[in-house]
Amino acid sequence: MQTLTQTPVKMPVDTPACEVRLISHRISAGFPSPASDYVEDGLDLNDYLVRNKPATFMFTVKGDSMTGASIEDGDKVVVDRSQAPQHNDIVVAVVDSEYTIKRLFMRDGEVELRPENPSYKAICFAEGRELQVWGVVVGVVRRYPVKR
Amino acid sequence: MNATPQFALVDVNNFYVSCERVFQPALAHTPIVVLSNNDGCAVARSNEVKALGVKMGVPWFKMKDLAEKHDIRAFSSNYTLYGDMSNRVALVLRDFSPEIEIYSIDEAFLRIETVAHLYGGALAMGEQIRHRVKQWTGLPVCVGVAPTKTLAKLANYMAKKRAEFNGVCDLHALSRPERLGYMADIDAGEVWGVGPRLAPRLKEMGIQSVLDLRNASPKTLRSHFGVVMERVCSELRGIACLELEQVAPSKQQIMSSRSFGHSVEALEDLREAVATYVDRAAEKLREQGSVCAAVHVFVQCNRFRPEEPQNNTGTTVALVAPSDDTLALTAAALHGLRSIYRPGFRYKKTGIMLTLLSDKGVQQGSLFDAPVEHARSAAVMSAMDQVNRLYGRGMLRTGASGTQQRWSMRSENRSPRFTTRWDELPVVR
Repeated sequence: MQTLTQTPVKMPVDTPACEVRLISHRISAGFPSPASDYVEDGLDLNDYLVRNKPATFMFTVKGDSMTGASIEDGDKVVVDRSQAPQHNDIVVAVVDSEYTIKRLFMRDGEVELRPENPSYKAICFAEGRELQVWGVVVGVVRRYPVKR
Repeated sequence: MNATPQFALVDVNNFYVSCERVFQPALAHTPIVVLSNNDGCAVARSNEVKALGVKMGVPWFKMKDLAEKHDIRAFSSNYTLYGDMSNRVALVLRDFSPEIEIYSIDEAFLRIETVAHLYGGALAMGEQIRHRVKQWTGLPVCVGVAPTKTLAKLANYMAKKRAEFNGVCDLHALSRPERLGYMADIDAGEVWGVGPRLAPRLKEMGIQSVLDLRNASPKTLRSHFGVVMERVCSELRGIACLELEQVAPSKQQIMSSRSFGHSVEALEDLREAVATYVDRAAEKLREQGSVCAAVHVFVQCNRFRPEEPQNNTGTTVALVAPSDDTLALTAAALHGLRSIYRPGFRYKKTGIMLTLLSDKGVQQGSLFDAPVEHARSAAVMSAMDQVNRLYGRGMLRTGASGTQQRWSMRSENRSPRFTTRWDELPVVR
């Protein structure tokens, strides 16, 4: 910080009479877009698929046990751990230390994990056997192999 | 409303190990260690491993026999996964209180005195935090609540070690005799800010337990250990001296270094490594809005092999003008490297440090300033950071950092990056 002096600074003798300054500024020609006030960010698939970010995870599906629910081999499923599992939800559960994706059936005291493919059997949970639901499936993502 | 501050310390149990278990249910009861960079030492242990008496920091090669005997599984550090899980925990906690300090990758302090009543009190709030973090992220946490940060740390320790608390301890929900009883029972070395280094010196003065430290004379503590220990003592008495640090203070220097997977002799390999570390450090520099005026670069041979010739040296290169431009910093670091490199040595480690940091906003102009180049550099760097944020770290980097990276660190047992890579997601059948 400099202290202000009372005496005005003397002007140098050879001050140029005028000074040219180049100010560069971009000016767009043509009409402004009438839509510019209405521009939005576009669609974000995260917004659509993820309701609760910290609790949402993705899994890759292997096999065909859920093809009846339109979940195919290679699909990515969106799993929300903050959703309480309910009857008829598709869930990711842990059975014998492995992940499995099935439809949850909970009625009349019966608890089952039901596949959506007749060539697979339901996994039944007898009384005392604990079902460990990892999370509820809230979406599925598929990309088709397109070659051009 | 109660005006006394209430701090909650939320801490994930065995954080790295717990992250591994969330995505590998088969490991729920398997003894696990997570190893440091280059698969060196145990930096996280599951309870089963702790029960076997394995201490923190034990080199992996020293516990191989034990590992074989007890089927201990060892994982390389998966920092991508741990970082993502840490962010998730922070997001969950932010819902409970906007006043939050992320203290480390697995710990956060919250101020809760103004919000605890919404949950039916501090204890009930702690239980809900514990439940929600576990439900949403799969990670187990313990919560300690107290009127100071140091006591909250202590309460967290009690919540973790004493089964009767069931993972949540509100220190001031205990009666005074109970509270002091616990303090008498816990070693002073467990107190935040004391640690194993100062504990023996306290013992010499007859200070064994937390209670002894609490009851010690602040004056005496100050004269022996300085103002920090005096503050610890006050905090233990419930007088809050430490505030929540919601904005992490800018770093004064940024270091990036690592040991090689195996020894390296060629200048080319060292150059790649140095450039890679500059890349990362420069990104951090820009993240905190700083510029640096000097770059320190160093090389090290294997100090544990004194029979090998040693060239452990470093040099500092000053920049013409303070900068945050990766290219300028890389040029400086490589210049320094060239001056210290000598062939014929087996190098084990290299690293760089950005020093003389200052705020980018208050930069002083220089005689050689070229505004146009400045603008171009800023644009390139911001583009680089954006690409890397969008497409993953290291997607766009300097050519000097190389493509092969034969020297890169050993992480042979890293688990998949379950939450951040499309091709590494967990598989469900």
